[in-house]
Amino acid sequence: MAEHATHVEGLAHHFVSMEQQKEAGMVGMWIFLLTEIMFFGGLFLAYTIYRTTYPEGFLFGSHLLNVKLGGTNTVVLIVSSLTMAMAVYYSQKGDRKKLLAFLALTLILGLAFLGIKYVEYSTKIHDGLFPAAATWNPPSEGEHAIPVEKQQAVHVFLWIYFLMTGLHAVHMIVGAGILITLIIMAQRGKFTKNYNSPVEISGLYWHFVDIVWIFLFPLLYLTGYHFTPGGH
Amino acid sequence: MSEEIQALPQIKKPATFIGKYVFSRDHKIIGLQYFFLALAAALAGTLMSLLIRLRLAWPQERWPLLEMIFPNGFSDGLMKPEFYLAMVTMHGTMMVFMVLSVAPQSAFGNYFLPIQIGAREMVFPRLNMLSFWLTFASFVVLIAALFVAGGAPIGGWTFYPPLSAIASAGPGQGAGADLWLVSIGVFCLAAFLGSINFIVTTLTRRTKGMSLMRMPLTCWGWFTTACISLLAFPVLLVAGLLLFLDRNFGMSFFKPAGLVVTGQVIEGGGGSPLLWQHLFWFFGHPEVYLVIIPVMGVISHVMATFARKPVFGHRAMVTAMLAIGALGFLIWGHHMFVSGMNPRLGLAFSVLTLVIGVPSAVKTFNWLGTLWGARIRFTTPMLFAIGFVSLFVSGGVTGLVLGQMALDMVFHDTYFVTGHFHMVMGVAAVFGIFAATYYWFPKMFGRMMNETMGKLHFWLTFAGVYAIFVPFHLLGIAGHPRRYADTLWFDFLKPLEPLHIFITIAAFVTAAAQLIFAGNFLLSLRKGARAGDNPWEATTLEWTVATPPPMENFAGRLPVVHRGPYEYSTPGAAKDYSMQTESLD
Repeated sequence: MAEHATHVEGLAHHFVSMEQQKEAGMVGMWIFLLTEIMFFGGLFLAYTIYRTTYPEGFLFGSHLLNVKLGGTNTVVLIVSSLTMAMAVYYSQKGDRKKLLAFLALTLILGLAFLGIKYVEYSTKIHDGLFPAAATWNPPSEGEHAIPVEKQQAVHVFLWIYFLMTGLHAVHMIVGAGILITLIIMAQRGKFTKNYNSPVEISGLYWHFVDIVWIFLFPLLYLTGYHFTPGGH
Repeated sequence: MSEEIQALPQIKKPATFIGKYVFSRDHKIIGLQYFFLALAAALAGTLMSLLIRLRLAWPQERWPLLEMIFPNGFSDGLMKPEFYLAMVTMHGTMMVFMVLSVAPQSAFGNYFLPIQIGAREMVFPRLNMLSFWLTFASFVVLIAALFVAGGAPIGGWTFYPPLSAIASAGPGQGAGADLWLVSIGVFCLAAFLGSINFIVTTLTRRTKGMSLMRMPLTCWGWFTTACISLLAFPVLLVAGLLLFLDRNFGMSFFKPAGLVVTGQVIEGGGGSPLLWQHLFWFFGHPEVYLVIIPVMGVISHVMATFARKPVFGHRAMVTAMLAIGALGFLIWGHHMFVSGMNPRLGLAFSVLTLVIGVPSAVKTFNWLGTLWGARIRFTTPMLFAIGFVSLFVSGGVTGLVLGQMALDMVFHDTYFVTGHFHMVMGVAAVFGIFAATYYWFPKMFGRMMNETMGKLHFWLTFAGVYAIFVPFHLLGIAGHPRRYADTLWFDFLKPLEPLHIFITIAAFVTAAAQLIFAGNFLLSLRKGARAGDNPWEATTLEWTVATPPPMENFAGRLPVVHRGPYEYSTPGAAKDYSMQTESLD
């Protein structure tokens, strides 16, 4: 009972069917995200250890971060997850116009996130708070002074902050690249009702990057929110 | 008779040499690329171990010839201690990463997993190609570490900070250590990307009738190992990243405050060297299982073939493999008993470590059960398989010693530990690689390997590795610490010198015996007897395809599977083996 496979748009030669190809892609992305969880897991372990070692330093360091900008970014990312989900929905419906609109909206929100992040980073670098040896120059007097005895702990906190949010930002940049690719593909009419797995798979990735931020925001920004330096 | 479903469109064959053999997407070519990479690394790692042995046996001897080859490693013909340490570090790294993590899994797994489950390709061929070339780049960078100013790192393959975090801590801790970190980082990336391919291929590409329990145990080994790689390598990647930032960007994750190294106060600080040990061993312990589990799969496979019996307790073998894989993630703390650990936590790690002896024993008893009452065909791969079980048991029992906190206090960082892991994950895994090579050589290259040379190779190697590594345990019991470059400076080590000389002679003889393997390999490649499609009269799918397997494996059709993987000597059957594709009636 030989059933001859015919050429199908978007089907790679080594797959038997569209279903098999889609299943492979989805399982592959889920498994890739597992490696990402382990990767960020190592960083969260470092966070846990240093937060227990330097609880006060972490409270103090957290206070240096801009909660308003961080909060805005959280909202931006959550909304971008919604628009991404809408994009996936319209790719399944085969509605090219709405698919394009929502992909573009997701991209804009992603870029907005990166823009706000850029503002935050440049303020920190300007204040001498980027912890690399060449740029680390914390103010020891004035309104934003960091007491000398807290500087080492704040240094560790800021390294964790820059590393974790920086790696997250790298993931966002990769995500923006993926969205641009999807937009070009959609523009060229590559996606149909039957072939939309790249949108769905990229959606998984986008939501994952979003979720990482949902953990980063409270752990980094909100820890010291109720805390005023100097104890008053 | 085998029946086929679904005639498939032909894969377009790459026309150029580069497309076919260099940047190939064919899983078989990629498997061979990994295999030859591992062979090259094994050669490098073995030569390094011989240099180590020279220094240990005759610390005061002058080697003017070697000085001509390594002008920076010797002075006045004497091997410098830092060169010795660099060799120790590079030998460990080369063997653990480039040989033991590559050959059993990436080489044989890539070649045979798709064929054994009845797939035409790995599920992501381009990702597969990327994984290989990343691994290759990592190998090149690691070799490059030998040639930069200061030479290779001297911190040991575990790369413990704070000394590994500070460039001034010794020669080789500068550029060499940075290259080491880059190499390992790239290797991690390649390893977990590769494992994604293994897992998805196993889950989604099995042919009709190939249920999970009908998969050969090799496939179970590769699948379990891929799951371990997937979870372990990202953690090492992040640890390496942190250490790299510590070294080059003034970070202090692993550098404690107030550190003084070679008379200089180190700036910054506030970090914890223990964090590295946790992150490293969270990878490092599963690593030993991701070396040994694919080998266990190969050994079961080879044993069933030559014992002409089904694997005893097939389901138990699968369960034991998965149990070892899962438990492997819960016992990393047993490397850190003397690093400063709450004894209650140590007890938990200790108990879990001993628990892993249970699934290991299940596997051992099942291998013995497979051999029990069998009419064994003593071919070279079978000898290596039996040799593996011997080494696994000999190396495993000392694991039970080291897993106990009180005893580990005594044996930690001695040759007892070195002997233990060389037996159980070093040479045992190498025996698995040899078994796999002798077993699948006919399928991969179309010719048989020479049996006489193979058996000579086996017996010399088998006697040799015991002669090398049993005395290691004696050195350890006598309190001999690892990694000491000079044994003559210490009164309590002087009487042990004859043992070192004995080990070194045994090491050179064993290394020379590997030339028999190399000769056999090259000779058989050209002059070996032609192998048919199924020279071992085995049952699994790789023996149903042509030798060597064509592009896309099954010539445009996919096989249908009707049986379990090891139906040998079925009572009442016409012949003593039934292929998986033979229908039941």
